[in-house]
Amino acid sequence: MSEVIHAGQQDDHHDDHHDHGPDKGLARWLFTTNHKDIGTLYLWFSFAMFLVGGVMALVIRTELFQPGLQFVNPEFFNQMTTNHGLIMVFGAIMPAFVGLANWLVPMQVGAPDMALPRMNNLSFWILPFAFGIMISTLFMEGGGPNFGWTFYAPLSTTYAPDSVTFFIFAVHLMGASSIMGSINIIATILNMRAPGMTLMKMPLFIWTWLITAYLLIAVMPVLAGAVTMMLFDIHFGTSFFNAAGGGDPVMFQHIFWFFGHPEVYIMILPAFGVISHIIPAFARKTLFGYDSMVYAVASIAFLSFIVWAHHMFTVGMPLAGQLFFMYTTMLIAIPTGVKVFNWTATMWRGSMTFETPMLFAIAFVVLFTIGGFSGLMLAITPVDYQYHDTYFVVAHFHYVLVPGALFSIIAAVYFWFPKWTGKMYNETLGKLHFWLSFIGVNITFFPQHFSGLAGMPRRIPDYPLQFADFNMVSSVGAFIFGFSQLFFLYVIIHGIRSGTPAKARAWEGAKGLEWTLPSPAPYHSFTHPPKVTDEEVHA
Amino acid sequence: MKQRISLAGGLLSLLMAGVATADELNLRPGVTDISQQVYDLHMIILVICVFIGIAVFGVMFWSVIHHRRSAGYEAAKFHESTKLELAWTIVPTLILIGMAIPATQVLVAMYDTGGEDMTVEVRGYQWKWQYKYLDDDYNNTFSFFSNMATTQDEIQNRSAKGENYLLEVDNPLRIPSNRKVRFLVTSEDVIHAWWVPDFGIKRDAVPGMLNELWTVVEEPGIYRGQCTELCGKDHGFMPVVVEVMEEADFDAWYAEEVANESVRQEALSKTFTHEELMEQGEEVYGTFCASCHQPNGQGLPPVFPSLVGSPYIVGPRDDHIKMVIEGVPGTAMQAFGRQLDAAQLAAVVHYERHSWGNDSDDITQPRDVIELSGE
Ligand code: HEC
Ligand SMILES: [Cu+2]
Ligand SMILES: [Cu+2]
Repeated sequence: MSEVIHAGQQDDHHDDHHDHGPDKGLARWLFTTNHKDIGTLYLWFSFAMFLVGGVMALVIRTELFQPGLQFVNPEFFNQMTTNHGLIMVFGAIMPAFVGLANWLVPMQVGAPDMALPRMNNLSFWILPFAFGIMISTLFMEGGGPNFGWTFYAPLSTTYAPDSVTFFIFAVHLMGASSIMGSINIIATILNMRAPGMTLMKMPLFIWTWLITAYLLIAVMPVLAGAVTMMLFDIHFGTSFFNAAGGGDPVMFQHIFWFFGHPEVYIMILPAFGVISHIIPAFARKTLFGYDSMVYAVASIAFLSFIVWAHHMFTVGMPLAGQLFFMYTTMLIAIPTGVKVFNWTATMWRGSMTFETPMLFAIAFVVLFTIGGFSGLMLAITPVDYQYHDTYFVVAHFHYVLVPGALFSIIAAVYFWFPKWTGKMYNETLGKLHFWLSFIGVNITFFPQHFSGLAGMPRRIPDYPLQFADFNMVSSVGAFIFGFSQLFFLYVIIHGIRSGTPAKARAWEGAKGLEWTLPSPAPYHSFTHPPKVTDEEVHA
Repeated sequence: MKQRISLAGGLLSLLMAGVATADELNLRPGVTDISQQVYDLHMIILVICVFIGIAVFGVMFWSVIHHRRSAGYEAAKFHESTKLELAWTIVPTLILIGMAIPATQVLVAMYDTGGEDMTVEVRGYQWKWQYKYLDDDYNNTFSFFSNMATTQDEIQNRSAKGENYLLEVDNPLRIPSNRKVRFLVTSEDVIHAWWVPDFGIKRDAVPGMLNELWTVVEEPGIYRGQCTELCGKDHGFMPVVVEVMEEADFDAWYAEEVANESVRQEALSKTFTHEELMEQGEEVYGTFCASCHQPNGQGLPPVFPSLVGSPYIVGPRDDHIKMVIEGVPGTAMQAFGRQLDAAQLAAVVHYERHSWGNDSDDITQPRDVIELSGE
């Protein structure tokens, strides 16, 4: 590949030899088309956004530590909840998974790089601008977005602060970035697999990302449509969502959640992939039920398109509609259960050790399952009326996103860290990080189930006195969790600087083409197609 | 391992501590037949989930404890089993069907509208509720606003918080016990959600839409809830309070309100003194305007303008009246002509023109407002 690209170019600092390495300095990062560099950029960017979103979460939890208004006013509080959600979803979780895909897809399918390296560069470098714009709205007159990450019209149109236009532009940029990233991933997976790697031999991380990428391509344009209609309502006198002009505010919600529910799975399917690599590695046993794992992911992806209105049970739908969405949503429990059972069966009669990635993976399975249970409860329409828009929902989606998606990302970082850096992180520090996170996350979010059931609405800056105890516990947990992620940063930097050298197969039980490469992996992953053996991939 | 157990134990006891000090841990069973059914359904599903959880996590932890390399355990070789995989697809399906049946029954019961004894329109505003009592032909007999009664002093921690902090209003919705009451829920501006947990009913208030709800409450009492759909700045401060009255008490109250309504109609043609207007105006201002323009009229610029020396107040009075009647579309300044009657509007405009150093020489009467509103 690289000979073809460079032939005929007067590219003196980017040499013509086969084993060329990266540029020096800033140019390396600005102009890079290398999947590892771009993966690294994505991962650091998402970590930075995670800290920004985390600070916002701590502002929220500080205000909620006690009843009454102490630190921020309600207007700013709403900006914090909104931006916390947007930044964590679009700035932290999604880019982190794209970063993992960049690092891992070429190495796992036996390719030298991603299929579309220049687009890869563009899809990353759009993001800092998108989030720069979005965060800058907080400093604009009238304040930043304050209508919740779900930005329901007309609160986000007729009643929105002026900065909403910048928000719309930022969302468009994020969408463009995601779509380009997905195209790249699909093109790489479908075209650049090493000979012999048939679809049903692909590692699960590849499978889950392939399906995720299709979901992204299907729904990001829907989101773009929603914000464009908002833009027209705000500036060009249309009335898509304005009841007074004959429009329909509920239509906004249908469009938003037609994007939003698949979006939820966009954030969890790659996590399933990650966990399906880590558990077998540390159980020293082949993944149980590979085929059913693939089918389960595919059916979850399919179902994700026909369940969206379960977010809108209280909006006023006909009985038949309510029943339809209740039944389809309940169905999701079946493939999700299959996954959990398969992971458990993989552990069963394995020969397990409990290094940091495994601890995070086990915590993922347990806590994600708890989030799944509350999800099933929320699917039951008549009881959802009681849970809807209370802290029970907040607890539910934080259980699937924090000890769910986020834990899987952290697990992946620890698991592939030796392959990326050629160093081993310090295991004791890693375990400490795990226990702090595990305890912090549960203290933060478990009590929110109770405050929700007791009737505390979400997105309120102040609350009736009976919710005081749970909120206090939750705030303490949030600070423990928040600071343990700074400790994560320390563990990583410590590992990069003074970790011990890692072997090619850093974990003895790890399988997959990436472990046949030296650690750290060479700048161009597989310059010659590797031999795909039953030993390394699913047979 | 020991370390792990003690850590988990620590976590558990911390949670328990939180749990023990709280009044409520679970959904409330509520006071209506529907809310009771909902509660039972909730318990069924919760218990099923807890059992499945115990089973799955039990197997997993058994494995974690026994199948570890440090215990010398050798990994087995199996990686699939059609029988098992079929079993854990079919059994959950059956369990789900078992859940779906009662869920469907409760939902169908909730949709059993019609046959109501009376109808109340519930209308959400930023940030208060309006209750309109409709007669059999859906005409408005009388209506009132229900504002949060908790004071800024309590919210800003300047005075002790009362028992019903954030859950108290000036005028609760009143309904009779033992009668089927139908609610038509809608909104004037953004989406709100009207929720009374003890009745087991919650519905979004969507502008341009009428959502239907109903309830029958046997037990007289005061029931409290909150708005549950983010609706802007004071979303946390728009409680829902319903007072369920004995039927006879309710009928007496209802008759009195209908009579008061005709007095209100009369006020529209009266001429008031400056003092009367100031007194009423202050009251109206406090409930409807102070949340944005602040009690001292200074507002919160740039979002909520100051009314002191405002061009509207220094300028012609009729422009001032019109602006309050019509509001400013696309801003938080609502069209108050739809919420306040002419007497209230006259009073609040008069009050603004004579307070905080504003010093006009005019007097505003209800008839001035009626002339301008063109009705
Ligand atoms: C929800 C917040 C809110 C409430 C409640 C509110 N206002 Fe306003 N008001 C505004 C905003 C915002 C503006 C500025 C509109 C604009 O952009 O021109 C405004 C403008 C005004 C102005 C014009 C001031 C100027 O200099 O432009 C007057 C007069 C006024 N309001 C009177 C009232 C009265 C009387 C009430 C109570 C009956 C009231 N407002 C309640 C938000 C509010
Ligand atoms: Cu959903
Ligand atoms: Cu609200």
